[in-house]
Amino acid sequence: MWRYIVKRIGHAIFVMWLVATTVFFGLRAIPGGPVRSMLGQEATPEAVASLRAELGLDQPLPVQYGDFLTDLLALDLGRSITSNEQVVTILVDAAPRTFAIAGVGVALGLAVAIPAGVIGATRRNEPADYAATLAAFLGISMPAFFVGILLAILFGVYLNVLPIVGYTPMSAGVVPWLQSIILPATAVGLPYAAGVTRMMRSSLIETLDEGYMRTAVAKGVGSRVRLYKHAMQNALIPVVTIAGIQLAIVLGGTVTVEIVFSIQGLGRVLVNSILERNYPVTQVTILLISGIFVSMNLIVDLAYTALDPRIRYGGESA
Amino acid sequence: MSDHTDRGTDHGDVNDSGDSADRPRADGGAPSASFGVYEGEFGPGEMPPEYETEEVTEEHRSPLERVVRTLRRDKLAFAGAVVIVMFVLVAVFAPYVAPHDPEATFGFMQSPMAESTGDFDGDGSIETVTHYLGTDSFGHDILTRIVYGARVSLLVALATVALAFSIGTTLGIVAGFYGGWIDSVIMRYVDFQWAFPEIILGVGIIAIMGGLGVVNVVLAIGIAFIDDFARIIRGEVLSIREEEYVTAARAVGMGDVRIMFKEMLPNAVAPLIVQATLMIPLAILAEAGLSFLGLGVKPTTPTWGLLISDGRQFISQAPWISVMPGLAIMLIVLAFNTVGDGLRDAFDISQSEVE
Repeated sequence: MWRYIVKRIGHAIFVMWLVATTVFFGLRAIPGGPVRSMLGQEATPEAVASLRAELGLDQPLPVQYGDFLTDLLALDLGRSITSNEQVVTILVDAAPRTFAIAGVGVALGLAVAIPAGVIGATRRNEPADYAATLAAFLGISMPAFFVGILLAILFGVYLNVLPIVGYTPMSAGVVPWLQSIILPATAVGLPYAAGVTRMMRSSLIETLDEGYMRTAVAKGVGSRVRLYKHAMQNALIPVVTIAGIQLAIVLGGTVTVEIVFSIQGLGRVLVNSILERNYPVTQVTILLISGIFVSMNLIVDLAYTALDPRIRYGGESA
Repeated sequence: MSDHTDRGTDHGDVNDSGDSADRPRADGGAPSASFGVYEGEFGPGEMPPEYETEEVTEEHRSPLERVVRTLRRDKLAFAGAVVIVMFVLVAVFAPYVAPHDPEATFGFMQSPMAESTGDFDGDGSIETVTHYLGTDSFGHDILTRIVYGARVSLLVALATVALAFSIGTTLGIVAGFYGGWIDSVIMRYVDFQWAFPEIILGVGIIAIMGGLGVVNVVLAIGIAFIDDFARIIRGEVLSIREEEYVTAARAVGMGDVRIMFKEMLPNAVAPLIVQATLMIPLAILAEAGLSFLGLGVKPTTPTWGLLISDGRQFISQAPWISVMPGLAIMLIVLAFNTVGDGLRDAFDISQSEVE
């Protein structure tokens, strides 16, 4: 098991290195280089030269690449071109907002999806099942930003009970904080819940049909124990997979939902930096978001080892 | 047809995909004959009914036949297909379907069913037009913008999936066919890409390409979807690589390329069709997302994502600007998903295999 964990962590580090390298060479492969695209076609050669020197772009590529990697490891991430703020400061400011939205979104999503899936599977072809299936189907068909706009119209404009612009930090009180992120979190959480519900339902239905479930009935195991101990444990494995893969949807959704609710999170920072061609911010933000994602995948993979003994003892994973 | 569907749902509990309408003997033909089989409760020479499905599932059907069958039997998938056809027709004939020119402007932010009066067609007389879905913040007729938006949306989605399909399938076949280090390199890459949220990857690619436009959007989303196809086809190729017809093809001296694309690909195409059907709605969502972020097509192009983004600023005065294109996205994505689900059942592919 330890070998597996070490191997997975090694793989995650390798992936991060690959991302950093891709971003580094990718941004330098733009015709005219990043400086040209930052300053625009009309920039004077002097301005281009001075900015190139400032960013270290006049160095040979291997030297730049080495500097880039050492700076990354030292967390010396440079300054924003537009505001001259430290990139680290911008990200430290933005990241908690994204985490709050995504985290609360996932929690809400799972809190809805698991019971909905179980109800769907245990009350098959009853009205509750149809309702859950229909809701899940609608959920996977709506982009998070559209859910966000609908929520904003309903709760912000018509009912006027929740703020629809901006973010209140937790230091201003838990209730205002929760009020400011509950709508964005729901917007990213519902499409996520839809995917998980579908998987939970179909996986549990499959498990309930297994031979050992019939054996449990024959042995006289009570229905609750059967469902929660025998069936759920096995049915959850594919659900964890989907719940992990679909974290991508949450993160992707957060990027767009931040725009809907004008929250200066990582998504908004990333998009603005791309539009402003603020490339020091762009490259680090892409790296940070990738880092978050790679670590989430890592955690999900390690969660398997707790759930699925075949991985724990098998060593090799599929 | 109703007769078929009824039987299908009756037996739905026993077997999700195989229903009695499949069986030739149950179909109108000779009811008395099928009674005869069950007469003596499985005496000598008789067969319990549950074993009968086996021989029927072995029967070969071409992918197209299966698609048609699914649409005929699965009401939901049929409804989805109808919606898709409608959207495609609307997109193709947009200039004839749309009530106005996409650039024509009227009063700003008029509510749905509002009317504008004036000389809009330039014939010198005053007429009244109805804005069934209202107008946006520039005064464009929203219905018109949505109709033209369908063009961009569907075109981008199809081009994206076609791109991802061709590159992904080629990579996957090559990886599965040759194995060894080629397989390791390709699959390392696929794993690497698979670990990323598609929209982040798309945004990153847009950032690297540094420009807006349909081609960039197609490239960004298309590249982001390659891994999904590569994974599936590789799995299929691995499972048929040792089949006898492949050995036979080698024995008669067929080239690798021909074996891969003429012999193996047609036999692995079913899950790819299902995957493609399920990727189109994802591509539509991704395009809308990129447009919404302002990283998609040029800001003047009529697209659903841009319309939603425009409406975002005016949700208290004119919520319909965002809601109408959002509903259009929802409808078309829902339609593709129902068809995709139907096909998945028809090809008998488990949910874990695709998506």
